[in-house]
Amino acid sequence: MTLHVTDLGCARGPAQVLANVSFSVAPGEALILRGPNGAGKTTLLRTLAGLTPPLAGTLAHDDGAIAYAAHADGLKTQLTVTENLVFWAGVFGTSDLAPAIKAFDLAPLAHRRAGELSAGQKRRLSLARLLVTGRPIWCLDEPTVSLDAENTARFAAAVEAHLGSGGSAVIATHIDLGLPNARTLDITPFIARGLAPGDPFGDVFTEAAP
Amino acid sequence: MIGLLKRDLALAIRAGGGFGLSLAFFLIFTALVPFGIGPETGRISEIAAGLLWLGALLACLLSLDRIFQLDWEDGSLDLLATSPVPLEGLAAIKALAHWLTTGLPLVVAAPVLGLLLNLPTSAYVPLLASLLAGTPALSAIGTFGAALTVGIKRGGLLLSLLVLPLYVPTLIFGATAASRGAQGLDTATPLIMTLAITLACVALLPFAAAAALRVNLR
Repeated sequence: MTLHVTDLGCARGPAQVLANVSFSVAPGEALILRGPNGAGKTTLLRTLAGLTPPLAGTLAHDDGAIAYAAHADGLKTQLTVTENLVFWAGVFGTSDLAPAIKAFDLAPLAHRRAGELSAGQKRRLSLARLLVTGRPIWCLDEPTVSLDAENTARFAAAVEAHLGSGGSAVIATHIDLGLPNARTLDITPFIARGLAPGDPFGDVFTEAAP
Repeated sequence: MIGLLKRDLALAIRAGGGFGLSLAFFLIFTALVPFGIGPETGRISEIAAGLLWLGALLACLLSLDRIFQLDWEDGSLDLLATSPVPLEGLAAIKALAHWLTTGLPLVVAAPVLGLLLNLPTSAYVPLLASLLAGTPALSAIGTFGAALTVGIKRGGLLLSLLVLPLYVPTLIFGATAASRGAQGLDTATPLIMTLAITLACVALLPFAAAAALRVNLR
């Protein structure tokens, strides 16, 4: 269940953002993505999650191995905390909510509507969804935004437990999570700006450039 | 996929779900017709079947931009796209949920509103049959249109422009079946044509909608 990425080129819309990204993440390992704002961390994670097809290179992992968590929480505000988790459990074909509720201390909030939660509580619910998916490779985009110190520690513990049970994680974050098996990858050297090769309008744009 | 359908139905019924929007529009549209056309029952009764079909179609159009837009805005569409549910299945379930929360209530309301327009007695069964056969096509076409315009801010106008021409065949055959019924003529051919359009739309458009979603989520 290793994630192998070789010479990956990523694009956001018609614009190439990253080129020649290579890394691999073995079970039990975490990869921390670093880079300035706008470097392409989100684009790389969306490519890993399969939302954007890669421009070049290869991306090797088992089908249905990746659980993706974006900036947006993806919660339904009219549903309660439990209903939100039950829905995602149904979608991913799992049924055990207890570990997810326990890991992010959601029991006191279980019957509150997601719309009534604070930003940090919403984030906890959104992260609890990862445990419900039962998938081995987590691709997380700024997971600790709006979490306080206590809940950041809860999140770090959840990731550690996930790594301990043979999972792996690719995390874009600016803070230090203190994970034991974490490597850091700075994506700054891979930044490649320009239009995607083969873009039908590429000629027009390059001619217009001074 | 059943969970997805259940969630969409629950969301539609709860506060802010927009369940009653199309139904209220249909009611208002029908109630206003006599003010626009004039109160002579004979004249209204003659065009009642066509008006009810038009009203149902416009009411359906009103609710289309909610199909994917809300899921896209809160990020759950991205998460669903990375889940084991295939996008084709997602589009089919979304169309089914839209029909159950919009099309079916319109079908049920149509006979009641038919009374308001003095619809001829012989037209009730053909009107119900043609709406029942035709509204699933409206939902399927609408889901495809919503998938094409997902992610466009204020995409409602573009969505209406894209979808309206595609609605015309369903409207023509559906309304013909209902108004032929009103005149006491045979309704089998237009009903079969309406049903054929629905079956083709339901079979093909989820795939087109999924392809459109894939491009829009990049």
